[in-house]
Amino acid sequence: MASKVIHALYNDDDILMLAVKKVKAAKHHIEEVYCPFPVHGLDKAMGLAPTRIAITAFIYGCIGLAVATVMMNFIMIQDWPQDIGGKPSFSYLENMPAFVPIMFELTVFFAAHLMVITFYMRSKLWPFKQAENPDVRTTDDLFLMEIEIHDNEEELIALLADTGAVEINISEK
Amino acid sequence: MYTFSNRLKIASFILMAVGLLGIAAGFISMPSTVEDAKAMVASHDGGHGEHATTEEHVKDTHGESAHAEGSHSKHDEHLLHQLKNKPWAALYVAAFFFFMIALGVLAFYAIQRVAQAGWSPLLFRVMEGITAYLAPGGIIVVAILATSVAHMNHLFVWMDADVVADDKLLQGKAGFLNGTFFLIRAVIFLGGWIAYRTISRKLSLAQDESNDNSNFVKNFRWSAGFLVFYLVTESMMSWDWIMSVDPHWFSTLFGWYVFSSMFVSGITVIAMVTIYLKSKGHLEEVNDSHIHDLAKFMFGISIFWTYLWFSQFMLIWYANIPEEITYYITRIEDYNLPFFGMVAMNFLFPLLLLMNSDYKRVNWFVIMAGVVILAGHYLDIFNMIMPATVGDQWSIGISEISSVLFFLGLFIFVVFRALTTAPLQPKRNPFIGESKHFHY
Repeated sequence: MASKVIHALYNDDDILMLAVKKVKAAKHHIEEVYCPFPVHGLDKAMGLAPTRIAITAFIYGCIGLAVATVMMNFIMIQDWPQDIGGKPSFSYLENMPAFVPIMFELTVFFAAHLMVITFYMRSKLWPFKQAENPDVRTTDDLFLMEIEIHDNEEELIALLADTGAVEINISEK
Repeated sequence: MYTFSNRLKIASFILMAVGLLGIAAGFISMPSTVEDAKAMVASHDGGHGEHATTEEHVKDTHGESAHAEGSHSKHDEHLLHQLKNKPWAALYVAAFFFFMIALGVLAFYAIQRVAQAGWSPLLFRVMEGITAYLAPGGIIVVAILATSVAHMNHLFVWMDADVVADDKLLQGKAGFLNGTFFLIRAVIFLGGWIAYRTISRKLSLAQDESNDNSNFVKNFRWSAGFLVFYLVTESMMSWDWIMSVDPHWFSTLFGWYVFSSMFVSGITVIAMVTIYLKSKGHLEEVNDSHIHDLAKFMFGISIFWTYLWFSQFMLIWYANIPEEITYYITRIEDYNLPFFGMVAMNFLFPLLLLMNSDYKRVNWFVIMAGVVILAGHYLDIFNMIMPATVGDQWSIGISEISSVLFFLGLFIFVVFRALTTAPLQPKRNPFIGESKHFHY
């Protein structure tokens, strides 16, 4: 059987927040909420797990630092330790101050870019990707809450109408 | 209304008494003749083999006076000066360190007022309490400077007329670096800072009782004016009070570097006093988000400090111009552990501890990071003053520790007594509501 979903549309983020809390209290699973802009506290109200993207960024930064260190140690110290303007290329530590700007930049570069790419991959965003809007108005001025229907259509409609939805639609998915 | 707990008051008195005894012991054991000085170094060598090369080092440490002719008696006299400087320098470093905390807090406070920050008004009384140390602490620092001008010690080599007589560089700087002008400047700087602190505190208390916001607006204007004054005077103060102990050396970003050190120490102390008062049940409205914000500042300004430290170090290291590089050569050769240890304490430690957003809300974590940051910035001032005043004769012994204890006791006493003089929560600051509901 094809699953049916119910789409409740709201025109105010405060009403949406209250509606999310009511639906959660009634123990219904919210599939998705579509908003035109970030609603502060919505993730908490929906009970979403906190993001771990900062942790990945830290790891990527460490990788960038390692890449910079290994690269410059090989090029400047191991492979061809030339005397360039009297700088001491006997060991990495002795010449380190000159490498710090690159170490810093590569740390930031790796942390920033790999984190962004991680974000794109995890949120499945890329060029030519088909947009997934159930209703085009959610990019402009309406908020939409999507709940799956399990033989409880009447009850859900009553609940959502009670939360101040301006429009309730039922569609096949 | 906060009451100064008896235990804390007694603790501050004990710190001051122990510190005073130690400081006195340091001055008493100061050598008075060249023979005493040589004997002290010799007995010291017996204890620690590592100092065996002292005699050779003395001549490189600094100053034209030492290696003018390379004669032995000059070395010995130089050694005597260094050992005589020890208790003075220890006193000066500790006095300046605690004074700069109060000044850093004052700058932070003025910035919060000018920026009309919505989160911090709840902490204004804490900041005002800490800046109460500005007047006594600053007067002590200027008094120590006056003793130098009065030739009671040799902290500032340019104050020695004999040295200046055969030093072309110091003669060239004598228009700026002369005792009278030096003291006049010091009084102007300190007078300006204390004046702003007094006015702002008065307006802040008056705002509580008034029925419009005129005091708040006046305070905003005074704070903006103070920040302009502060920016200029803080920079000049760092040349006068710190950079001029090495009068042959100069650095353009030195003022900012000293500023970042005092700023981060000040913010750390705000966080620590806030957490202490909150743990005692005062400051009920202060929540984790306020602590989180302070910890973010500690984290960010620690990195700002490192940026300036490294910028100063790397530019001089890279160009390696003899007249500049001596500054770092003495520090790396004679102060290796404090010099690089301080970078670990002021950069690596806060970087790794305070990066995590959750840790910034854990009070004991912030206190722990704060203790390390404060110790690191004490070492920072130590590294600025000591190499030029005591050279390789440095140690962290009775004089240094007692000086810190004495000023710590005085700081605690002055700050917490000031906290008792007004309610800890401002009543009708226009942003107080926002601050109470601040949530990050």
